[in-house]
Amino acid sequence: MVQAVISGNYAQAYAAKLARTQVVAAYPITPQTTIIEKIAEFVASGQMDAQYVKVESEHSAMAACISASALGARTYTASSSQGLLLMHELLHWASGARAPIVMGIANRSVAPPLSIWTDHKDTISQRDTGWIQMYAESGQEVIDSVLVAFRVAEHEDVLLPAMVAEDAFYLTHTYEPVDIPTQDQVDRFLPPRKPSSGFRPGLANRYGTFIGPELHMEFQRKVAEGMERVPRVFREAEEEYERITGRNHGGPMPTYRTEDADAVLVTMGTAATTARSVVDVLRKHGKKVGLAKIRVFRPWPVPEVRALGADVDRIGVLDRSFTFGASGAAHTEFAAAMYGSPHRPLVRDFVAGLGGRDLTPPMFTQMFESLLSSEKEEVSWVGLKRRPEVTVRG
Amino acid sequence: MRSYETLEDLPEAPLATVLSDIIQTGSWRTFRPVVRKEACTKCYVCWKFCPDVAIAIDGDGYPTVKLDACKGCGICAEECKPKAIDMVPEE
Amino acid sequence: MARLTIPERELMHSGHAGCPGCGAALAMRYLLKGLGEDVVVALPACCWTVIGTPFPTTVLDVGILDTAFETTGAAMSGLRAAADALGMTDVTVVGWAGDGGTADIGLQALSGMLERRTDGIYVMYDNEAYMNTGIQRSGATPEGAWTTTTPVAAKSRGKSEPKKDIMGIVAAHYPAYAATLNVAFPEDYLKKVQKARDIKGPRFLHVLAPCPPGWRFPPEKMVALGRLATDSNVFPLYEIEGGKYKITRKLGTPKPIAEYLKLQGRFAHMTPEEVAASQAGVDARWKRLLALEALG
Repeated sequence: MVQAVISGNYAQAYAAKLARTQVVAAYPITPQTTIIEKIAEFVASGQMDAQYVKVESEHSAMAACISASALGARTYTASSSQGLLLMHELLHWASGARAPIVMGIANRSVAPPLSIWTDHKDTISQRDTGWIQMYAESGQEVIDSVLVAFRVAEHEDVLLPAMVAEDAFYLTHTYEPVDIPTQDQVDRFLPPRKPSSGFRPGLANRYGTFIGPELHMEFQRKVAEGMERVPRVFREAEEEYERITGRNHGGPMPTYRTEDADAVLVTMGTAATTARSVVDVLRKHGKKVGLAKIRVFRPWPVPEVRALGADVDRIGVLDRSFTFGASGAAHTEFAAAMYGSPHRPLVRDFVAGLGGRDLTPPMFTQMFESLLSSEKEEVSWVGLKRRPEVTVRG
Repeated sequence: MRSYETLEDLPEAPLATVLSDIIQTGSWRTFRPVVRKEACTKCYVCWKFCPDVAIAIDGDGYPTVKLDACKGCGICAEECKPKAIDMVPEE
Repeated sequence: MARLTIPERELMHSGHAGCPGCGAALAMRYLLKGLGEDVVVALPACCWTVIGTPFPTTVLDVGILDTAFETTGAAMSGLRAAADALGMTDVTVVGWAGDGGTADIGLQALSGMLERRTDGIYVMYDNEAYMNTGIQRSGATPEGAWTTTTPVAAKSRGKSEPKKDIMGIVAAHYPAYAATLNVAFPEDYLKKVQKARDIKGPRFLHVLAPCPPGWRFPPEKMVALGRLATDSNVFPLYEIEGGKYKITRKLGTPKPIAEYLKLQGRFAHMTPEEVAASQAGVDARWKRLLALEALG
């Protein structure tokens, strides 16, 4: 293991390299660019033995990944925001085709207006596509989660694509100390990909095909069953990863100081780092607060959510995106998972940090205080400027 | 012919492997090509132009129509230079 | 008894869902005769999606990978990359797309595939409209043709725009080999496929595939009509290799376009003036092609 000070994006690139990815097809978009630039460097120098397909759009990137994966290659790509949205049609195709592609995502907001800064609208709006979705808090989590993603995605009980998301700039471009596993460690954790589809050139077979109402539902059911098997496969993969590297990031929804908490905030991505420090400060002042972090959004961690909700009365879900006409997606899914439970906590939605708006310690303090108070507003937009007071000097 | 009895029998990904010859597109026909061997010069133009691969060449070198497959498009009769193929109405 | 003038071996089966007299079906039959079986075909949404029959059957003795409508060129690049990574170096990667899926929605991916020099054969089989969805106009529909989205009525005389010069677009990418092919000329077709097979790099084949229901003619005339398309210079047969043009079929006197148009219901509304304008367009394009050939 090597410790290096690298960005979240470089952590993605190192993971793709260590995984012995065979095909990369990618198109640049801020702030993902340094992932694919690093990979291009690795390939050009001979450090990484991959075919690098220089596609002319993200839609073509995903198309090339799907066809490469169908033939049996281990495949990786990366995108963000508009690029991820451009791939949308093909995200459905990848999961329906059971192509275990791994994709790094720089979580970036969506136009208009154009923004290069972070929120989760891009990946949240893909939550119906049948992809495993993970959110990383740190560079260490990025590199470890991408490697685990390859193993889970390619597992014969799963065979589904997986995306690992990191917040734009806060993580993509922030340099942190990261333990980079050795090639030997990764080879032990991640053997070469076994052919999974049965598809071969040179003989009579057709992959994808078309079907009428008589059998489409059954193929969709198979995708659902693959996703149902992810929690077990994920747990086993992370246990093995811990045996080899000594690291474990706490499963699909790690918790911090929630055991006796009166109020818990649920976050995704880098917000957890700031929130955790606020938890410690408030605890020093006698406030019993805690933090939970959604690492795996798809499949939604129902057992972990229900276990948390069973013991805590007030839960605030921090959504770094908003589903217009409903509420923040994580909030919706959290409340839905709790609906049938005997103990139903208050589940409130804190919509914050959209379009790259910084999430500061005072904002987290405000959210915890609000949760601990008698306020019951179901959806609160935190930090919204009701008086933007933009002045143009002319 | 493969058999998919249960949900578990279906392939994980939609992969088709059964050859299409089992589909009898001959049922589409309203006219059937009939080769008059005495006029046939064995030039194989009929075999060459069949879009349905429905004309084979028999042991004696004559074209023979696969009636299970032939859709009766009439290209073979049209292209046959000695006019050795008649399109005959199906009953 | 005559020898066969094209390879005997079939890699396509009967029972497919092509219309009676389908030019696209014959086009695929010839392609695979020329390439053999070590082939994988990227197949976007097009007539052949359906001709290829639904699950669980398949029509070809080669691998077919269905891919989204716009993506043929990109899917080819992914297949080639994976084949190379996995050591399948003898596999030929083929893209098999319709005119809509190539000249319209698939144009970006085709351009990308050519520009990054993907080693593969892109085949555009051209029935001159979105036929699979019921005869809507495409960028490859010829000027004046009736389609469901370019009807003939008080304010519309069929398609008002000329057919896109897809070979010109491909030529601008310096392909390793490009050629026009016609199912009515199987020997020329097979010769070009076999030539393409033995060249490395990005290759493009533009195949004329006459369509009885779409062009409005009786199925038995499919080959005759294809022949007339070339012999009236509407669809010249030529190759581009190393930037040099070579016409592979030249009649002393081409047939007048009126003969070609009158056999098709989609042109039945055309006035003598419109036919004359069409003839002028064909003559101009033929003259230009001769000039390109003369450039050497």
